[in-house]
Amino acid sequence: MMIKHLNCHDLLSSLSDYIDGDLNADLCKELEQHLYECPNCRIVVDTLKKTVELYQHEEEDATLPDDVRMRLFYRLNLQNFLKHD
Amino acid sequence: MMSEIKTHVDEPSLELLRNGDKAEFAKLVDMYSGKIYRLVLRILGNQRDAEDVLQETFLNAYRSIARFEGRSSISTWLYRIATNEALMAIRKQKPQVSLDVEGENDRGDAINKPYHFADWCCLPENDLQSAEVKSQMRDAIQRLSPALQTVFILRDIEGFSVKKTAEILETNEGVVKTRLLRARLRLREDLSEYFGKNLGEVS
Repeated sequence: MMIKHLNCHDLLSSLSDYIDGDLNADLCKELEQHLYECPNCRIVVDTLKKTVELYQHEEEDATLPDDVRMRLFYRLNLQNFLKHD
Repeated sequence: MMSEIKTHVDEPSLELLRNGDKAEFAKLVDMYSGKIYRLVLRILGNQRDAEDVLQETFLNAYRSIARFEGRSSISTWLYRIATNEALMAIRKQKPQVSLDVEGENDRGDAINKPYHFADWCCLPENDLQSAEVKSQMRDAIQRLSPALQTVFILRDIEGFSVKKTAEILETNEGVVKTRLLRARLRLREDLSEYFGKNLGEVS
């Protein structure tokens, strides 16, 4: 099936796949054509990408605070295995 | 001197775990507790509840590991327990919040049309990474329904694949993708509203 002209609404449901690079080539081309012509959609795509990027940067280190770890081991009755690494 | 140091950490032995081996369970706890804590802290937004859920997760895991059949990986299984415990905690805190499986009923219709068109994507990194923005972002996540929030956190923040996210949430990949899109659009909307005000633009 050929998609002739994407409108803003059609585009919406493909956005996630598009920013993840998972959109098939034909649809991708149509979408980029639409973006070329539609400034608002371009802003939505750019800011959507940036939103995801900002949240991904939020990644913090996954070290458990010492006191939380200690209470967890006691709760699980594993305090004999509380060694400091 | 180096003999005890391994270059990579092995997954704990499922056989030992099933037999109730405490040392092996302690190994499992040390391998995953940091990640689980971070995940549930993101879902719940406060340390006290996150710590409770962390403890419940491993208590639950310890009680049920003998019945774990190994159809998914241990990590998927643990993340599933943790997510379910976190959702139960939310239900306890806010009984009015809908945890509907499809997530279709949270805040009205399917995909919200974009509303704010402030073009903030190319602001200097300093402006994008400020403490105020980060606090906005945390609040925005808390405003998502649990169904959208868990998908977004697992997929976009924790970085799990769509497939693994679906396995953790015991749903299919299509549902994950739909919720992910809706979550991302809502969060974009929130940030656009915020930046729009700050840019002094009428969006």
